[in-house]
Amino acid sequence: MGLRLPSKVLEHILSFIDSNEDRNSVSLVCKSWFETERKTRKRVFVGNCYAVSPAAVAKRFPEMRSLTLKGKPHFADYNLVPDGWGGYAWPWIEAMAAKCPSLEEIRLKRMVVTDECLEKIAASFKDFEVLVLTSCEGFSTDGIAAIAATCRNLRVLELRECIVEDLGGDWLSYFPETSTSLVSLDFSCLDSEVKISDLERLVSRSPNLKSLKLNPAVTLDGLVSLLRRAPQLTELGTGSFAAQLKPEAFSKLSEAFSNCKQLQSLSGLWDVLPEYLPALYSVCPGLTSLNLSYATVRMPDLVELLRRCSKLQKLWVMDLIEDKGLEAVASYCKELQELRVFPSAPDLDEANIPLTEQGLVFVSKGCRKLESVLYFCVQFTNAALLTIARKRPNLKCFRLCVIEPFAPDYKTNEPLDKGFKAIAEGCKDLRRLSVSGLLSDKAFKYIGKHAKKVRMLSIAFAGDSDLMLHHLLSGCESLKKLEIRDCPFGDTALLEHAAKLETMRSLWMSSCFVSFGACKILSQKMPRLNVEVIDEHPPETRPESSPVERIYIYRTVAGPRMDTPEFVWTIHKNPEIGVSHLAIK
Amino acid sequence: MSPEEELQSNVSVASSSPTSNCISRNTLGGLKEHNYLGLSDCSSVGSSTLSPLAEDDKATISLKATELTLGLPGSQSPVRDTELNLLSPAKLDEKPFFPLLPSKDEICSSSQKNNASGNKRGFSDTMDQFAEAKSSVYTEKNWMFPEAAATQSVTKKDVPQNIPKGQSSTTNNSSSPPAAKAQIVGWPPVRSYRKNTLATTCKNSDEVDGRPGSGALFVKVSMDGAPYLRKVDLRSYTNYGELSLALEKMFTTFTLGQCGSNGAAGKDMLSETKLKDLLNGKDYVLTYEDKDGDWMLVGDVPWEMFIDVCKKLKIMKGCDAIGLAAAPRAMEKSKMRA
Repeated sequence: MGLRLPSKVLEHILSFIDSNEDRNSVSLVCKSWFETERKTRKRVFVGNCYAVSPAAVAKRFPEMRSLTLKGKPHFADYNLVPDGWGGYAWPWIEAMAAKCPSLEEIRLKRMVVTDECLEKIAASFKDFEVLVLTSCEGFSTDGIAAIAATCRNLRVLELRECIVEDLGGDWLSYFPETSTSLVSLDFSCLDSEVKISDLERLVSRSPNLKSLKLNPAVTLDGLVSLLRRAPQLTELGTGSFAAQLKPEAFSKLSEAFSNCKQLQSLSGLWDVLPEYLPALYSVCPGLTSLNLSYATVRMPDLVELLRRCSKLQKLWVMDLIEDKGLEAVASYCKELQELRVFPSAPDLDEANIPLTEQGLVFVSKGCRKLESVLYFCVQFTNAALLTIARKRPNLKCFRLCVIEPFAPDYKTNEPLDKGFKAIAEGCKDLRRLSVSGLLSDKAFKYIGKHAKKVRMLSIAFAGDSDLMLHHLLSGCESLKKLEIRDCPFGDTALLEHAAKLETMRSLWMSSCFVSFGACKILSQKMPRLNVEVIDEHPPETRPESSPVERIYIYRTVAGPRMDTPEFVWTIHKNPEIGVSHLAIK
Repeated sequence: MSPEEELQSNVSVASSSPTSNCISRNTLGGLKEHNYLGLSDCSSVGSSTLSPLAEDDKATISLKATELTLGLPGSQSPVRDTELNLLSPAKLDEKPFFPLLPSKDEICSSSQKNNASGNKRGFSDTMDQFAEAKSSVYTEKNWMFPEAAATQSVTKKDVPQNIPKGQSSTTNNSSSPPAAKAQIVGWPPVRSYRKNTLATTCKNSDEVDGRPGSGALFVKVSMDGAPYLRKVDLRSYTNYGELSLALEKMFTTFTLGQCGSNGAAGKDMLSETKLKDLLNGKDYVLTYEDKDGDWMLVGDVPWEMFIDVCKKLKIMKGCDAIGLAAAPRAMEKSKMRA
């Protein structure tokens, strides 16, 4: 037995360790390391708010300064999770308010946040500095006003794609005249107009303001005025560009932008008319991030803009960019790391854009640093996937959405098995993968075997049978999140690999063929999994073998949750009971 | 055969080569009852690329499969009665598995546009029988997804429940009209925030031109070859002339784009004459899709009736619109409605 490392020394060592994965490993070494680690952890991340109870987390990490939580499953983004499912922030805010009053930062994703939550945050945490809400809902602008009014040291207030009950633009006026600490403000998802004079004053007295993302209600004139007061901005989300094109307006805008010499990130650009784009030319050479995904601008205008963005690392754009535009990106934007191409007409029957797999091939060939891709395309080919895999083995995130379900390689009529095999085999650092198009079980054999580092896998309309799930659950060593919809597998593979599920954060399955009976068996076998069935009717009213519509399975040390709505059934561990339906009003 | 074995003997067809499967499946003939709670029996369809794999895994899996039962120990797993569900819409306890899954027929037919697929006859005939039964299942109020409900539009070509995807990969281009694809919940996976924002963006840009109003009737306008759609509020016009003018204005920039990029000054001079010629001349015609899903030429029915039935507008190339016999059809329809 060696001498124990003095805890002060260990503390000092741990102060250099930020990664929570490393800290988790540290905490498993022995009891004293566990204790030292937990007392020094400042940034806490909980990937599934139901995996552990708020009280347990608060107790374990008394020195917590930053809390990040995620609630609903990812497929909630696509309307697959009914309203009222859960993901309430309140129990967490309450627990932290009681145990961790020094909390400074809260980041929530896909959670239900009420005005009471926001008021509680404002009232409980004296040094509160950072609030970031992503894809959250349940609150109104009154809650935002409470934060603005009370949090004296507020540095960051970001509402990213939230659904907010907009009671008007007054919330902005609640920032006291004395508040000068703002570094980042994002209210792009709000609808109402804010008083531009309030905003101007706020911006003027915030010398540290680096990031400002406006909502579409802010006009071009407003934008110009704000840019004049905040030329130090590094990130800008514009308001709406829809206005009559007046020559003076254009030159004022152009001038305002040219004074923002530190601008690196640009977004917003709703309704931008092509005639206005030249106003942005002066900032293009410095841009590292450009979000044009709401700009209905045609390819020639896009190219004219993008060819000036030689330092661009992140580009989000719509398919209006066409293959030709992406070819231009490949030759001008050599630093590109992340590309996302969204469909301009999400409805299936309106796809008539000249964007094909070739666009992505161009970028894969030309942009050597490309590591993250999200690409919507009507159809694809194996050959393209092979080329992409060969050219870009450094891909970390590859999400391909072939919009036509079951679309085979349109040149050879084969499934896209070979293509995704190449991706899985070639891109050894792949951490996130979304597959689509016609895929047989074979594709999943390759993925299971080769995608060793994939942590998150999304699958829709694919596979033929249980083999598909069998391959995935018996391979994919690093798999943490698996989400599957509309695939024809059933119970066998799921039950066979039940143990694997405890090594993962969660599994989502909808419109597959998993039976209620299998869910029961799974729940009984695996005490530390919550097996939740989302179904209109009590699953018991049907035969055991009948499939359930949606299942969400996740590991947890907190037991079944107490806040399930009427359509969510937690399969009880005790077979006699069947399903439990615990709910607290 | 015990229930378990029955469950495993499903013929869920692997679709690695849909064309060959189409052919072989057709020879098997008829509607196969499928039971997904078993395993894929790839080899049964002679899909050569998959058979070696299927054999091994099938053997392994089937052994394991026999160890598990699909219900509580001691209970028998009843065979799911697929046909019964399809034909008796009254039995609403079983939720459809593939709600609004577009039939693979159409998907294949459109994505295999460039290939002469071998065998096009598939389940479409049998599927149509089930359409009746199914539509009543689907019109059941979708209580769960109030947002999604608005986007769901069930068409006649839905896949019946429990038909394995593999089966429905057959295509039918003999009699089906251009794919009226059903809208699937949550597909393509685009966040509703994005969808709503884009919809608003379209609407806002029109409000700059036209009058925003309550009771606005926005329809999408597409133009052959144009990269994106616009929306117009039909109620903001009182006759065809106004509509035509507005469309001219709207698609001016695009049409000129086709002629090569012009400076701002150049646009004004060329726009009116050029587009008018295009729209009124032989080059382009204005068509609309009515409530029945038929494409008709614009201008033949009284304006009031037109805005009542018009769902979408499309500016088509004259040559493409040849099949649309306007007047007789339109008047016939208006008589039927009267």
